[in-house]
Amino acid sequence: MLARRIIPCLDVKEGRVVKGTSFRGLRDAGHPVETGAKYSREGADELVFLDITATLESRETMVDMVRRVADRLSIPFTVGGGIRKTDDMARLLAAGADKVSINTAAVRDDELVSEASRTFGSQCIVVAIDGLKQDDSWQVYVESGNTPTDWDAVEWAREVERRGAGEILLTSIDEDGQQTGYDIEFTAAVADAVSIPVIASGGAGGPQDMYRVLTDGRADAALAASIFHYETYSIEGVKHYLSERGLPVRL
Amino acid sequence: MIAVVDYRVGNIRSVLTALNRLNVEAALTDDPDELETADGIILPGVGAFAAAMDELRNPGLDKVMRQAVQRGTPLLGICLGMQVLFSKSEEHGEHSGLDLIAGRVKRFDKNLTVPHMGWNQVEIARPDCPLFDGIEDESYFYFAHSYCAAPAEEEAVAGRTEYGTKFCSVAWRGTVFATQFHPEKSGECGEHMLGNFADFCGEE
Repeated sequence: MLARRIIPCLDVKEGRVVKGTSFRGLRDAGHPVETGAKYSREGADELVFLDITATLESRETMVDMVRRVADRLSIPFTVGGGIRKTDDMARLLAAGADKVSINTAAVRDDELVSEASRTFGSQCIVVAIDGLKQDDSWQVYVESGNTPTDWDAVEWAREVERRGAGEILLTSIDEDGQQTGYDIEFTAAVADAVSIPVIASGGAGGPQDMYRVLTDGRADAALAASIFHYETYSIEGVKHYLSERGLPVRL
Repeated sequence: MIAVVDYRVGNIRSVLTALNRLNVEAALTDDPDELETADGIILPGVGAFAAAMDELRNPGLDKVMRQAVQRGTPLLGICLGMQVLFSKSEEHGEHSGLDLIAGRVKRFDKNLTVPHMGWNQVEIARPDCPLFDGIEDESYFYFAHSYCAAPAEEEAVAGRTEYGTKFCSVAWRGTVFATQFHPEKSGECGEHMLGNFADFCGEE
């Protein structure tokens, strides 16, 4: 059976993994390659590296980091942050990334998702969608959650699927970093609207939250940063919890 | 030396780095001479079937590979590299493949979440297949694909995976092997399987 995936997310700034609280007080949390290798040993199904500075210089660092991660890791990994053009994607994929994640540029450039999926194949194009709750719907925000767009998140998810995205990385801005659980309603609304896999993100506080988003939220994968970085829970522990409750996981 | 066919489709480098980690002598190449003298050939690939076949046909790599297989050189196709080993594909119209294994490549059922993405189990149908040496039944491997191959002959199905239906995830015919999953991205199990292929080629 297809296993549900547990995916640690590493925020990378100038070539180092950083962690903070509510986007502030960023502290060095190690080298991306070493941290990634540690998560891989602990049973991570995939890794996501997000370049949170995404300046021109840091993109160079990112390509170099991708190369070193690829040399060491034998599990798939996704790279995101600051990707604007298919040329950016080509360089990251050539350096060894398995998938690229695009967010702001997918909204700004109408052709980008279709062009990318035609060029590289849908399976390596992840579209990240950040949604903020508005009454009974969710609005898409871009530029790290700073800029609202006209898109409704469920409609946008359908649209990127139509354009050829292979996967959706869905983040609830409301829940991000709160550690009080994923937005189950939001995740289910998007997962029901599309037939490509949905990775739920934002709000993981423990294994019970992951269980809920993978069952009631109908997500294919659960992404988390804080609970793994702070070592509140181990990946293995989370997977045992899910397995004991009947979810298929790779142990 | 194991030749990893370089034909400009997707993340091909990861196969080479996995072989390097195993200390297997390997090279990324599109040179017909190197393919002819290789102890084994790996055909990786992600992307679209028709585009991949064009990239193989234009420089004549399709003929070189067919001849190598006729001489008994072991060949391993991975993901799209598995699919192009078959007779025909239904991906965006009908396209001919290398026809090294008889059968067709079809899309998954519309009701399923596609791409079939993530870790899934492989049920060993042919325990005598050298790729499975030392690998437990129902081990997990990493998949990312929307189409899958259906061999014409049951014997060619060496492993099966359940996704809506049971499909052929490992094919085997003589010295031709194919995996729908990515062994180079499947952790220790995957590396072990690549090692098995290298052993079969006589590489240590």
